[in-house]
Amino acid sequence: MLLIECPYCGPRDECEFHAGGEAHIARPEKPETLSDAAWADYVFMRKNTKGWYAERWVHSAGCRRWFNVERNTVTHEIRRVYRVGESPTEGEGS
Amino acid sequence: MVVVGGGGHGLATAYYLARDHGITNVAVLEKGWLGGGNVARNTTIVRSNYLWDESAALYEHALKLWEGLSQDLNYNVMLSQRGVLNLAHSLQEVRDSRRRVYANQLNGVDAEWIDAEGVKAYCPQINISPDLRYPVLGATLQRRAGTARHDAVAWGFARAADARGVDIIENCEVTGFDIERGAVRGVRTTRGAIKAAKVAIVVAGHGSVMAEKAGFRLPLESHPLQALVSEPIKPVLDCVVMSNAVHVYVSQSDKGELVIGAGIDAYNSYAQRGSLPVITGQMGALLALFPIFSRLKMMRNWGGIVDVCPDASPIIGKTPVEGLYFNGGWGTGGFKATPGSGQVFAHTVARDEPHPLAAPFALDRFTSGALVDEHGAAAVAH
Repeated sequence: MLLIECPYCGPRDECEFHAGGEAHIARPEKPETLSDAAWADYVFMRKNTKGWYAERWVHSAGCRRWFNVERNTVTHEIRRVYRVGESPTEGEGS
Repeated sequence: MVVVGGGGHGLATAYYLARDHGITNVAVLEKGWLGGGNVARNTTIVRSNYLWDESAALYEHALKLWEGLSQDLNYNVMLSQRGVLNLAHSLQEVRDSRRRVYANQLNGVDAEWIDAEGVKAYCPQINISPDLRYPVLGATLQRRAGTARHDAVAWGFARAADARGVDIIENCEVTGFDIERGAVRGVRTTRGAIKAAKVAIVVAGHGSVMAEKAGFRLPLESHPLQALVSEPIKPVLDCVVMSNAVHVYVSQSDKGELVIGAGIDAYNSYAQRGSLPVITGQMGALLALFPIFSRLKMMRNWGGIVDVCPDASPIIGKTPVEGLYFNGGWGTGGFKATPGSGQVFAHTVARDEPHPLAAPFALDRFTSGALVDEHGAAAVAH
């Protein structure tokens, strides 16, 4: 069981949250000019990193707010929790 | 030729390269040991009752190979066609299930719809009480489906491939690919470099890691998939029971253990273990359906890493790198496809063109939009 520090509610059990996948994927600024390949990359392709990974979680059974987590996908260690809009640690995220 | 990954699909690929195409100068590279990855971590269920034409064709092809596999490999893979029930617990599930039965029948896949009393007759241990929160309203039944002995599949394909001249190299992890002008020239490994004109990646849980080393991206997310077994007991359950809505599946192994599985942990992970709430949930579902099992002790639980595609279908075919092929993203359902996957992928690699059954599963479907969406359609939730 992961213990996740919600930035709004504090540490809670993993089952209060839902995992939202890779963080910091920016929606294309000019979607009308995007090629099919660029759409595929935006919609489907993921870093799926082995190691430190910036990802989104939502506190579904709590404040229901989204936030970002830096979690190691090998050890499950969480080293940082930060709010939407804040920057990922250098070298992480997209 | 190099095959990256000595799991069930990798060994099957090597075997069919040798048997069907006469290509025996093949090295299968396995970073761990044979029978140590997902081929030994699954719940051994074999079936082909998928909704969409493309999937039904692929998995039915695999099931037909399963039916002759022990003779073909001269190794008893202990295929037991004991029947698989996929339960329906709501009106919508009844409708979806019956639709899938009709689709299966049109595709030549054996399938039947049976009502709750029929379920009870087929599997007398099950609880069909209407008082359940999610009562059993009926089920689809595929009588040709069942289980196979997972370890025997690994050893059978390994021995048969080895007998035809394939080299299987354990404890040999691929660390990179040599690529010149967009074409693969070989692989680098923890035990040295190997030159190869063609490289076939067949990994279950590290597709994205391999793709990154080769310079392209895949639509995969890696998740833990957990399973557990009970203490061994006398024969009590002679079919496979799967439930999508309450989400558990169970069968009894020849050793007497109940083999119990369900869905993935929701977060990305490469850790080969998951969180307790997931297996707690599946045990709750099991006991609702089978109160008879409430006193059983669970002996072991474990996890494997599965690469899940957005449409819950695999990726089989070419990559953006010439001479580099990929077979993966099988999600939670790869074991049942093992022989079919190996055969269509061997064809794809040997001829440098997709096998007709593999063509719909090419990587470019994520660009064209022609997805094979088996999420929720393929008899189980992924």
